[in-house]
Amino acid sequence: MGIGERDPHTGHMTTGHEWNGITELNTPVPRPVYVFLAAAALFAILYWVLMPAWPTGGSYTKGLLGYDQRAAVAESLREAALGRAALTKKIAAEGFDAITADRDLMDTVRQTGRALFGDNCAACHGREATGNKGFPNLTTASWLWGGSPETIAETIRVGINSAHPDSRTSQMPAFGRDGVLPRIEIENVVAYVKSLSEPQSARGHEAAVAAGRKVFASTCAACHGEQGTGNSELGTPNLADQFWIYGGDSETLVKTVWGGRQGQMPTWEARLTPVERKILALYVYDLRRRQ
Amino acid sequence: MAQLTRTERQIALALFVGLAVAGLLMVAGGRADPLGLHGALILGVAVFGSFGIISKYYEPLPGADRLREYYDDPSKFGVVAAMVWVAFGLFMGDWVAWLLVNPDLTFDAAWSSFGRIRPVHTTSVIFGFGGNALIATSFYVMQRTSRARLPDQLSPWFVLLGYNLFCILAVTGYMLGITQSREYAEPEWYADIWLVVVWIVYFVTYLRTLARRKEPHIYVSNWYYLAFILVVAMLHIVNNLAVPVSLGHAKSYSLFSGVQDAMTEWWYGHNAVAFFLTSGFLGMMYYFMPKRAGRPIFSYRLSIISFWGITFFYIWVGSHHLHYTALPQWVQTLGMTFSVLLLVPSWASAGNALLTLNGAWHKVRDDATLRFMMIAAVFYGLTTFEGSFMAIRPVNSLSHYTDWTIGHVHAGALGWVAMITFGSIYASVPWLWKRDAMYSARLVEVHFWLALAGTIVYVFAMWNSGIVQGLMWRTYNESGTLTYSFVDSLIAMHPYYIARAVGGLLFLIGALVGCYNMYMTIRAAPQRKRLASTSDMPAAVPAIAPAE
Repeated sequence: MGIGERDPHTGHMTTGHEWNGITELNTPVPRPVYVFLAAAALFAILYWVLMPAWPTGGSYTKGLLGYDQRAAVAESLREAALGRAALTKKIAAEGFDAITADRDLMDTVRQTGRALFGDNCAACHGREATGNKGFPNLTTASWLWGGSPETIAETIRVGINSAHPDSRTSQMPAFGRDGVLPRIEIENVVAYVKSLSEPQSARGHEAAVAAGRKVFASTCAACHGEQGTGNSELGTPNLADQFWIYGGDSETLVKTVWGGRQGQMPTWEARLTPVERKILALYVYDLRRRQ
Repeated sequence: MAQLTRTERQIALALFVGLAVAGLLMVAGGRADPLGLHGALILGVAVFGSFGIISKYYEPLPGADRLREYYDDPSKFGVVAAMVWVAFGLFMGDWVAWLLVNPDLTFDAAWSSFGRIRPVHTTSVIFGFGGNALIATSFYVMQRTSRARLPDQLSPWFVLLGYNLFCILAVTGYMLGITQSREYAEPEWYADIWLVVVWIVYFVTYLRTLARRKEPHIYVSNWYYLAFILVVAMLHIVNNLAVPVSLGHAKSYSLFSGVQDAMTEWWYGHNAVAFFLTSGFLGMMYYFMPKRAGRPIFSYRLSIISFWGITFFYIWVGSHHLHYTALPQWVQTLGMTFSVLLLVPSWASAGNALLTLNGAWHKVRDDATLRFMMIAAVFYGLTTFEGSFMAIRPVNSLSHYTDWTIGHVHAGALGWVAMITFGSIYASVPWLWKRDAMYSARLVEVHFWLALAGTIVYVFAMWNSGIVQGLMWRTYNESGTLTYSFVDSLIAMHPYYIARAVGGLLFLIGALVGCYNMYMTIRAAPQRKRLASTSDMPAAVPAIAPAE
């Protein structure tokens, strides 16, 4: 052991060791360190006494407060459900018409529906429900399977082309790839379909549109209707309005007729409660009503 | 190489040949698996190394006079490797940060998806940068505080080169999709086994040097470095216990499952923070700070209390990562209470460091290198307080799973670990390469302010983002349902993500300035004529036979 020297700056002695020029002062541990250590230890011991803390072989010390995190979660879930009970009961019991007429209930639907929609539907339909390529805009008057709250709720329940036994099913055949229509007829029918929503597009292509009209009547009208306005019983879109799921330009339309389409929407029956689905249906219905 | 004795050259060659055989076996066994690619990588490294040895095999052997100086070549390599890794790791980190701002920045490649480049970032900075800096400085500090030269020339090289091979296997593996999916322990079984071998050699080398020491007492830094080496070995081995699908596959399955698996992972994860990112760097601080400040350590007694407090308490606290989960509540209680207790020795360490600067504050003002170390101690105190606070269950219910955690980690990683490392590297580079000073003191100053600004921008952005996020996730409307969807919280975080990426960019630029400064110091700064005194030499060795 070396002999300590006094540090002129602090007045403390060094320990007398020296490593590569480094020395250490023998300063006593400042009192606050002990005070805080004691306080922290006191807190820990108190917490151990009150809460589940130490293992005892097969079990553990339960703590004087008898607190259990699982029971606490169950209790707060029960309380939360109780707080919502009055409103949820009403929404579950009332018919769609009665709810849409009830201002207070619709406020709840809008509040709750927003987050429900954001967490479950927005990934495909967009945060504002205005759709994406392949996923319909829900804020328009154009509905594949009907736009009443009841039919929307049913679509949410069973999905479209989903695994649900009652799933809504619909498929547009691949007219080109499967050799039903030759290329020229596809181009003609596309010209005709385009003229339904954009009459001015027919100008200069009158012959093609006229030929396309015949193809449409024999091949497409069975599902899309004589006027091309769609059929919500079959889930076929209206081709005469301004709204398109995959796009209304000629190139996309040719692609659609050539290769067919079969959009999918999952079933939500197992993932959302009936009340949640009802709220979502009303929320979606309300989006358009508010516009 | 010139310092290696004949026997060491022979052993090195044998090791490389052995490594080549191992690589060849991996190529053969894993030809239908990404394992084969790693085998090829190992084979390439081994062939390259063998030729390196062979080409210099007949160079003159080192004389006995080599024993009159400390063996610093491995430390030099480690310091340079650390700087290369930090530039790469920070770049990847900032890329990940911008990726969160704009998800299209993967450029549609699989290897650049978030799940792959995020561990590339964490492994590069923690293990590449932190690990190399720790190994390099530990050899440097150990020799000087023990007045003993490293026991041989080969084992420190084995440790450093082997360790870097592990880091490269890890990082390239993630990009190939090889991962154990254990946070901070992502490398697969074969890389893990290799690290065990490297780490044992490291431990033995350290103990052998310690056994040769000429000082009666073991200096504080070496307590910390030893705790780091020993506990990391224990953590690494237990957490990575796994059974590979076959010897020809990279994939393995952990021995643990369910909540035991989660607990093992976080026992490892938090003690990696403790013994890798804290203990080792405290060792660094306890040497370089008093050395640079020219002041004695404030209190030897406080050093002892903090060391044993940190070492004992830290081991318990991993379960605070699993609050409100399937983990039994009593385990959570122990994790939380020991986290609170841990605050006292942590602050005692930070206080001991800052009080050591008493009488040298004018140097802190003028010297950016010392200021790096001072700010590091401040961030160490800040982060340990925050960590204990976040470990309290009700606080954790707000902070957990949010960006607050990311902010906390980076306050520690940027503010503490990186700052103390940069300070120590700036101090040691002139000593190692025998220069009077760094090439440019101004550039150290520039680096300091960029690093500090980057850290502060980063940490404040993540604190705000995390708290906003946590509050949005628990806000209920009058109907008793959640007010915000998850996407709403992402939109709220977007501006903070931009701020974080900018903060990271500042930190990266600072590190690049540091790299340039070091390069110029090594290449261009005036060479010191001779050793200033005998204080930078090992204790006189009894005359021994020169190397055969």
